[in-house]
Amino acid sequence: MTVVATQARAPTFFKQVIAATPGECHLERCIQCGTCGGSCPSGNDMDHTPRAIFAMIEAGMKEEVLKSNTPWYCVSCYYCMERCPQEVHITDIMYTLKRIAVQEKLYDSSTAPDFSKTFINWVENYGRAFELGLMSMHMLKHNPFGVFKIAGMGVGMVTKGRMAFTPTRIRDIDGLKSILEKAKELEVSA
Amino acid sequence: MKYSYFPGCSLEKNAAAYHISSMAITGPLGIDLQEIDDWNCCGATEYISLNLTASYALIARNLAQATKNPDSKQVVAPCSACYLNLKKCDRYMAESKKLSEKVNQALAAGGLSYKPGTLKVRHLLDVVVNDVGLDEVAAKVTKPLTGLRIAPYYGCMIVRPEFKPNGNFDDPEYPTTLDTLLKVLGAEVIDFPMKAHCCGGHMTQINEGTGFELIRRLVKGADDYHADMIVTLCPMCQLNLDAFQGSMNNYFKTDYKMPVLYFTQMMGIAFGLEPAALGFGSELVDARPALGKIGMEIPEPEAPPKKKKDDKSLPMPASSKREVK
Repeated sequence: MTVVATQARAPTFFKQVIAATPGECHLERCIQCGTCGGSCPSGNDMDHTPRAIFAMIEAGMKEEVLKSNTPWYCVSCYYCMERCPQEVHITDIMYTLKRIAVQEKLYDSSTAPDFSKTFINWVENYGRAFELGLMSMHMLKHNPFGVFKIAGMGVGMVTKGRMAFTPTRIRDIDGLKSILEKAKELEVSA
Repeated sequence: MKYSYFPGCSLEKNAAAYHISSMAITGPLGIDLQEIDDWNCCGATEYISLNLTASYALIARNLAQATKNPDSKQVVAPCSACYLNLKKCDRYMAESKKLSEKVNQALAAGGLSYKPGTLKVRHLLDVVVNDVGLDEVAAKVTKPLTGLRIAPYYGCMIVRPEFKPNGNFDDPEYPTTLDTLLKVLGAEVIDFPMKAHCCGGHMTQINEGTGFELIRRLVKGADDYHADMIVTLCPMCQLNLDAFQGSMNNYFKTDYKMPVLYFTQMMGIAFGLEPAALGFGSELVDARPALGKIGMEIPEPEAPPKKKKDDKSLPMPASSKREVK
């Protein structure tokens, strides 16, 4: 009896996803029409199309959803979100799934989470993004031999003066750090 | 017309040509872009993938900084990702009281605050076409781009999501603002079917097969229509289509040479401004043959890169297993 009561009160994965998505995401409105998958430029490479992912979320298949590569192949083009007849904020839900997958350490073998982490690291310490640092660190870590493949491009970017060798630091980096620290604290307490 | 200006990290270096040319054309049009003091990165599509509150606080710090400008309640961003992030932050803070409270608690740690709805976020293209107006633009044209076939490329985040019912300044799937602007400049504008398709964003770094395919279909699309160049309005799109075009060609064993320029650069040429003041020459796919069609000569870059014998000179063995999936 107690167990049943506890389960009834425990938030389902479905509710967790909705709660963790900013604004009104309308996930509950999905009618399984598949317009999202049909509009997706990288849908071919996904383990499950967005439509399937939403059915799985509703079915409580948390682990399968969070282990799938689907959210990591989302390119943020917003075609699905635009065409969804039910106005489900699909792209925002993909971001939510990425965040939960990282928090619960369930993400797939994709290097995407690490790319995001490296990017963020520069932003948190300097206040600005640093493309050269990001690309070189990411590549050295995940694909050192890939350097040769993009060598031509890298040389081109440098000779054309399009790569900075040092990141820019904003004046009030301390203020920004306090803001981000506080925000992370609030996130955990939610 | 005064606006707070959010250049974004790309425009500092990689897309400096976009920044320079934006500055060059806004002056004559009476647009006064006032850079937001001590702005920070908008987080692109990366921060939101890991932290919710922190990513919105990061964006909101810029909005809070912009409210300090007494001369304008509008923020202009030339980068589509920055534009969407700023716009979305304002909207979702208004929609979700909880998010707004948390973001403001975080901002308070840095002595700042932001009330959603205070500012209106605009893209530079929107400002040029809808605030200045095409008549004003036409009046400034001294060297029309006659004879140049251009594929207008919008990409994603400037037109999507539309956020009904308020809507956006252009259609989410078949936008026409840039088409019309380029026609006013005298160019021949192709009806580019891929105009609002995705350039792949960061996908070249995550999975090159997926990323290069998205780039290929855009470049091929423009080439099929015999465009002389693609003109865009987003630094990420420009980077993918221009800087990765060579790698994409290697991957698919194709030989496209489609120049990719910013709309502000083309406006500058049509206004008769000096190419040097518009950032020409920083594109990796040589735009000189195309620009030669309208009698424009771009001087050689000051320090010419080492002689390149096309792709074969790359110090790597010819790969036999680089196949399309």
